[in-house]
Amino acid sequence: MDLKKNALEIRKDMLIMLNKAGSGHTAGPLGMTDIFTYLYFNFLKVNPKKPLDPNRDYLILSNGHICPVQYTVLAHKGFFPKTHLATLRKLSSPLQGHPHRTQLPGIETTSGPLGSGISQACGVALGLKLDKKPNRVVCITSDGEHQEGNTWEAILLAAKYKLNNLIVIVDRNKIQIDGNTEDIMPLGSLKDKYKAFEWSVQEINGHDFEEIEKALEKADKIKTMPSVIVANTTPGKGVKFMEDDYTWHGKTPSEDELREALEELK
Amino acid sequence: MTRSGFGKGLLEAAKTNKDIVVLSADLAGSTKVSEFAKTYPHRFFQVGVAEQNLVTTASGLAHTGKIPYATTFSAFSPGRNFEQIRTTICYNDQPVKICSTHTGLGVGEDGATHQMLEDIALMRSLPNMIVIQPCDDLEASKAAIEISKVNKPVYLRLTRQNLPQVTKESSKFKIGKANILRKGEHITIIAIGPLVAPSLEAADKLKELGISAEVINCHTVKPLDEKTILQSVKKTELVITAEDHQVTGGLGSAVAELLSQKKPVPLKIIGVEDKFGESGNYKELFNKYKLNSKRIVEEAKKLIEDF
Repeated sequence: MDLKKNALEIRKDMLIMLNKAGSGHTAGPLGMTDIFTYLYFNFLKVNPKKPLDPNRDYLILSNGHICPVQYTVLAHKGFFPKTHLATLRKLSSPLQGHPHRTQLPGIETTSGPLGSGISQACGVALGLKLDKKPNRVVCITSDGEHQEGNTWEAILLAAKYKLNNLIVIVDRNKIQIDGNTEDIMPLGSLKDKYKAFEWSVQEINGHDFEEIEKALEKADKIKTMPSVIVANTTPGKGVKFMEDDYTWHGKTPSEDELREALEELK
Repeated sequence: MTRSGFGKGLLEAAKTNKDIVVLSADLAGSTKVSEFAKTYPHRFFQVGVAEQNLVTTASGLAHTGKIPYATTFSAFSPGRNFEQIRTTICYNDQPVKICSTHTGLGVGEDGATHQMLEDIALMRSLPNMIVIQPCDDLEASKAAIEISKVNKPVYLRLTRQNLPQVTKESSKFKIGKANILRKGEHITIIAIGPLVAPSLEAADKLKELGISAEVINCHTVKPLDEKTILQSVKKTELVITAEDHQVTGGLGSAVAELLSQKKPVPLKIIGVEDKFGESGNYKELFNKYKLNSKRIVEEAKKLIEDF
């Protein structure tokens, strides 16, 4: 599996989808494309033919607004036909503006309002432990979500119950709707904060497949505490005029912008 | 104390249903889940003072097939965590049971901060949610068992204070099925929770005045038992509702929504009238805020005189 090529195709399909939808989020999904591609094609035990397989690994997406990347990756993985992508945000589409569990195979929870994903992942992890099951839980969360109190409530709980079946990946892209995270409400070193809360912490470049692989392998082996991977990512990754520009957080490309972007992604 | 009945019913349900788990936000003693915690320590999760985490963790547990009972005071859940209940439980359609004690003026001495009077309004506005308030210990125990059997989110509203026993061991409790406690011809009194016993008292007093009142214990506010209510109202054509909750959005509102559309008749909603409570003994508070049998009698007489 050529991950790089795969991620490139996913970026292209995603931008086409976002252009068709005419509204939604672009920068975050592009920034997390490499991690989602790696997770679904190299790490998670999931079966597109049996999305509710009791032996599956669970991916809980906390920051639901980056669902375009999850939708595109799920389609590429075969959870539903790629033709569905053209219906994003349209009436009666299973691809809701924010992901809805009961409507789309492969979606483990409904999300959008920020800060509650780690808690839900903790709940899943506790339930699996209670049944002595080996399934793993991966939770994707954003850096901005660490401004929510609910997030820290969950971080405390995961440490208390030593949830070694939980891996949290923080999308540290340093942007949020109103600007840069460090201007809006400084988060500082998430690495130090998680350490202080007694988590196993790693920090990686979220676009380097080798680093992603190594970090996940290591996190998988930690048996005494929950793991977090702080992934430094570039919002808008892959399209130069979108990279590191917070104004691309919540808008979609026009026809001209799409053409320019696709040219770059060749 | 419907919270005690709840604790007993929960233990009984948990004996046979191994999927039942309980979460507490630092109020296991007050919400009467301590026995469960002692009996089933592995199925009990203490999340600390964190009500948002309480219900979202419960949502995750439900996703693995567990039946989580998320317990604390109602001022905090759903008072603090409405959005999490809305998104991760109701819209997400996870069968979490939000079981909240210390509701209404009945909380008493702790005062208005803890006297949750808006929770029925919040919870009954949510799609997928079932809303129940038992009227005594026995009914609370039955409710605690029954809610484990429905694969839907539930809000179970419980009281801190002791309530007089109204129902019997043999009384049937079915979610969504209101119970007619007293048959009558002239007026229908629809009550919930701590206002059920005063409604029966009021019916006794009204009988002395030659007024025959039908008393309905409407323990399930949602889904509302439209059939039982409409049948009664077609006969009496006058209605009083009574609850320890704001007059906005509670049982009275639910009944008004039904009757105004299907059988418009004169209706008086008894509840707390757009006010916060205060400290005091709950009996004194019920008298001060006129949530008692005397008030129900007065309103009944007035309705009969006016119409």
